[in-house]
Amino acid sequence: MVSQALRVIAGAFNGVQAPSRDTAPKGKARPPRRLLPLVFVLASRNLFHDRVRLIATVVGIVFSIILVTVQMGLYLSFSRMVTTMIDHAQADLWIVPRGTKCFEDPSLLDERERFRALAVAGVAEAAPLVIGFAEWRLPHGGATPVFVIGSDKEKPGLQPWNIVAGSIDQLATPDAVAVDESYFGRLGVSRLGDIAEMRRRKARVAVITKGIRSFTTTPYVFTTFDRARGYIGIANNKATYFLVRVTPGSDIETVRRQIADKVKDSEVLTEAEFRERSRAFWLFGTGAGAALFAGALLGIIVGTVIVAQTLYSSTKDHLNEFATLRAIGSSSVYIVKVILWQALLSAIIGFLIAAGIGLLVVKFTADTALPVLMTPGLMAGLFALTLVMCAISAISAILEVMRIDPAMVFTR
Amino acid sequence: MTAPIIEGADLVQTLGEGAGQVDALKGVNLALSGGELTLLMGPSGSGKTTLLSVLGCMLTPTKGTVRILGHATTGVRPEGLAELRRRHVGFIFQSYHLFPTLTALENVLLVLDVRGERSAEAVAKARTALITVGLAHKLDSFPRELSGGEQQRVAIARAIVGNASAVLADEPTAALDSENGVAIMKVMVEIAKDPGRAVLVVTHDPRILPFANRIVHIEDGRIVNEERPQAKIA
Repeated sequence: MVSQALRVIAGAFNGVQAPSRDTAPKGKARPPRRLLPLVFVLASRNLFHDRVRLIATVVGIVFSIILVTVQMGLYLSFSRMVTTMIDHAQADLWIVPRGTKCFEDPSLLDERERFRALAVAGVAEAAPLVIGFAEWRLPHGGATPVFVIGSDKEKPGLQPWNIVAGSIDQLATPDAVAVDESYFGRLGVSRLGDIAEMRRRKARVAVITKGIRSFTTTPYVFTTFDRARGYIGIANNKATYFLVRVTPGSDIETVRRQIADKVKDSEVLTEAEFRERSRAFWLFGTGAGAALFAGALLGIIVGTVIVAQTLYSSTKDHLNEFATLRAIGSSSVYIVKVILWQALLSAIIGFLIAAGIGLLVVKFTADTALPVLMTPGLMAGLFALTLVMCAISAISAILEVMRIDPAMVFTR
Repeated sequence: MTAPIIEGADLVQTLGEGAGQVDALKGVNLALSGGELTLLMGPSGSGKTTLLSVLGCMLTPTKGTVRILGHATTGVRPEGLAELRRRHVGFIFQSYHLFPTLTALENVLLVLDVRGERSAEAVAKARTALITVGLAHKLDSFPRELSGGEQQRVAIARAIVGNASAVLADEPTAALDSENGVAIMKVMVEIAKDPGRAVLVVTHDPRILPFANRIVHIEDGRIVNEERPQAKIA
């Protein structure tokens, strides 16, 4: 089947016909065909001539690129997930406890900091946001940890999104919380109106979201600011962050400096800075990103070695032909072109197959806790990586043909 | 007398290293002129193929000089030697060395392609060369679809398509039966009739002696005898 697929691909190159023992009737001239550059014809025919080797090469590339795709897709997905709360918050500036490493860092600020910020010219609002872990007591017994996010709707803050049942307004009703449908099983709820408890306070499912997943696997529970403080168990004058909106026309950087002068125990970050800090912590502070990169690097190395090995052995098998090329006066560049075309054709075929499988992986992981993401940029990057990988793989083969003595044609 | 196409003077070629070092050529002088078919004969190991390699710019002589159309090859780097071969020398090998994945036409066209000739005119030249050697009906055949004699004809077409000044053939009839061998030599004779082209055939096949204008004998790296019989078959 793979062989047939390769044959179809071979036929797709206009004017390049993969020779086989049963095509080419003896003594009968074929109709003239449009000639592709002969160097390309030679490279592609050599490539498709030995299908077993071509399959080995393509399989190597495919495995390598899929591994890199999955690793980089996970990296991309993870890097987005760790900042998803920051991305969905409505803030020009974040006032955060000094030394905060990421959004999930539950250190606390004193509410006086908020008033100091509000006193700065150009600050339109400084809305409190509280986050923290709580114990969700399931309706039918048992408990599970949850991550509570409390913010008031009237002020710029962080509200649940992708709502599939209920509405934001309903969060203001007594005991109301928002949960994601993907955590129904963990939370022991299944519909609007289901009741649970946190810190002996009632929590009623009033809003259901879809796709707000936590990379820590701890379910998010959204509620109002005051109610969240009660669920988490923190003092009434404390908050985790203050989300600042500047007045229209104000310079964010100027406002930031002025707030920073007034809130000495806190840091004032732009949205981009907080996002970057969170990403850096989760991806590199924890080693998760390094592990993903290491996996991708391993894929690249394995792919390069496999392609290099098959290209090298192919070159060794065609050494006689390369020597003949040299004997008839071809330049080194011409011979290098033959090998590079072989490498690039392998890369294109391998990439197309790998990209197809990669897209299936993306589709099948879309609803999982950590979906593999694929963006046009990542796809383009992977294609470039495949080309570079195969070009590098060609080096050993190129070095081999550079050493060819054209006089060897007389002894073979 | 016209200037020689290829001229080798005082050629010494040392092969191998250390204890295995041998002098394959020991001061050979040989000039090939246009319009002449020269046979280079000698026993195995006498230096025939080495001399062919040196005259064809595949090997740089340890000592001595090679001139192609007056241009000395001394000190020329491998890329420069490749260019000399590309421009002036056509090779024919005992085992043909055709590209198995290319058709007869493409095999011949390859010589022009490496020279950068990729126009329709190049295709026409390749066709003409194949027609010249009697393979008009085999243009699109792959080497595996051709007999030994036909494959050697393709190799000859490849050697002449670029209008090479010198055609150097290494045992071109050794792998062929008598009938095909004679047919190939008749083609070689035709090629050698061009006054602007010299043909050198390395052989120890006595069947082709009647085709030669000149027979050079080499033994132990030295030219020991040279004769100019009247070519009997033309």
